[in-house]
Amino acid sequence: MDYSAEKLNEEKVFKDPVHRYIHVQDQVIWDLVGTKEFQRLRRIKQLGTTFLTFHGAEHSRFNHSLGVYEIVRRIVDTVFVGRPEWNQEDRLLSLCAALLHDLGHGPYSHSFEKVFELDHEYFTKAIILGKTEVNQVLSRISPDFPKKVAEVIDKTYENKLVVSLISSQIDADRMDYLQRDAYYTGVSYGHFDMERILRVMRPREDQVVFKHSGMHAVEDYIMSRYQMYWQVYFHPVTRSAEVILTKILHRAKHLHEQGHAFKHMPLHFYSFFKEDVKLEDYLKLDEGIVLYYFQMWQEEDDEVLRDLCSRFINRNLFKYVEFDPAKEYKKLARLSQLFEEAGIDPEYYLVVDSSSDLPYDFYRPGEEEERLPIHLLMKSGELRELSRESDIVDSISGKRRTDHKLYYPADLIGKNEEIRKLLE
Amino acid sequence: MLKDHAKIIHAIALSGEVIGRKKLQKMIYIAKKMNFPFQERFQFHFYGPYSEELTLRVEELCNMGFLNEVKEKKGGYYQYRYTLTEDGKEFLGVNNVDMPQLGDCLKDINTQNARFLELVSTILYFDNLPTDEVKEKVQTVKKSQKFTDDEFANAYQYIEMLKNRTSQC
Repeated sequence: MDYSAEKLNEEKVFKDPVHRYIHVQDQVIWDLVGTKEFQRLRRIKQLGTTFLTFHGAEHSRFNHSLGVYEIVRRIVDTVFVGRPEWNQEDRLLSLCAALLHDLGHGPYSHSFEKVFELDHEYFTKAIILGKTEVNQVLSRISPDFPKKVAEVIDKTYENKLVVSLISSQIDADRMDYLQRDAYYTGVSYGHFDMERILRVMRPREDQVVFKHSGMHAVEDYIMSRYQMYWQVYFHPVTRSAEVILTKILHRAKHLHEQGHAFKHMPLHFYSFFKEDVKLEDYLKLDEGIVLYYFQMWQEEDDEVLRDLCSRFINRNLFKYVEFDPAKEYKKLARLSQLFEEAGIDPEYYLVVDSSSDLPYDFYRPGEEEERLPIHLLMKSGELRELSRESDIVDSISGKRRTDHKLYYPADLIGKNEEIRKLLE
Repeated sequence: MLKDHAKIIHAIALSGEVIGRKKLQKMIYIAKKMNFPFQERFQFHFYGPYSEELTLRVEELCNMGFLNEVKEKKGGYYQYRYTLTEDGKEFLGVNNVDMPQLGDCLKDINTQNARFLELVSTILYFDNLPTDEVKEKVQTVKKSQKFTDDEFANAYQYIEMLKNRTSQC
């Protein structure tokens, strides 16, 4: 029997707190879930350091990936069925791409990517196209199937409609993570009527559009996205943990370059320090491994590494003050000088974190065609950009909100009056 | 600190004035592909390589008062112009950015039209593919643009020229 059409003898289900059940009927999906590269996602938290702020946020990229798959499954198996713009032959491709879209994420990937100049999307492609169990499963469909899946995830596949299911301003990826992150953090934001959104989705040649009658459900989604960004993703305490994590990695790399004799040799990090990371090295690193090193580095001779690791492990995070770079950059230079005089290295202990440093975004109405906006399908058949029809969306998408914070270790500053005054 | 912000201000200072957000995106992307150390991450979007981080950073710089943004109506759409403000110049004076050759590179890119830069940046995005596949790939993802063989030839020539210029620094 053709592997692409092969169904399980009995439908399998995963119990899921967000979608209630995740249904698997296709043999290929079941086989992909069982691969070691996909199982690795259980060991990578979806929200990185957010668990240090919201203790419930321990969910993994495994949960999320299944959730994205389930949303796309509902779209292609119900909403799109029988619609002339939708080619049912793209069903399995869409499901595989949805399931595997985050496959290349590593532990605390935002910090790792910044420090070691990595790109999780590159590794997603490398896993799908390389000598892996995932590649073996996908290749059974057809020799060029792994390439197609990689192209969909890379957003370079010729059929933009398929791409837009997992990668657009209202896609299965965002719809899952907003609800899932809200559930696990315990916040009351992030909820919206996904069933309604799915019901009003309509496929077009190169994008998904939404019937005008469903505009309020889409508005609700945009509001959820907006609130989750400020309440969860941009949370200043999470950013403090992220700052410390990034500085630990910088310090470890710096020490390695200086020939520092680590008490606990960072074997798993060597290829990262050299910025020559092979796929097999990348796949070996998960959060358990990273936390092991952080635990052990609390005993290192280097004071900075020891201190930063202890802060991360024991949640003794940096404090922060609001910072206005336009008015205060000269103050920052003075602070930096004072930190040095006090024997506190400002490179590691005085950090400006900006909203542009974070991996999340707001809805953009697509001025100058930077990104494809959300389009409403009017009764006349005309397409209208969402913010032109919705006052609510217009009011939050037109307004700029940026944010900068200055992080520092309050406990190390002690009684240094001049520093304290400047930070007040 | 704020080094990445300073690099963007520096790029706009060197360019004089940048007309269009899309153009700014392509300029920084091409410069990054020429190994200038911009940190913003780019992904392939509907209209080619695009960086959300860059969009946000430019917004921040406008909010800080270091960049001046002028929104003007151009037919059926809005266009944005970016220049450096006096505060931006002062900030740059304090936060020195050292990227030799960037000025030559950006000034030249800034004189090219948006369609050409879209082609150049898209070719560069697929530079990991074998050369014979790049053209086919660009024609697939940019079907509606209908780039001609001459345009491809010019784009490749232009990329070579930029590479030669930046390798001399």
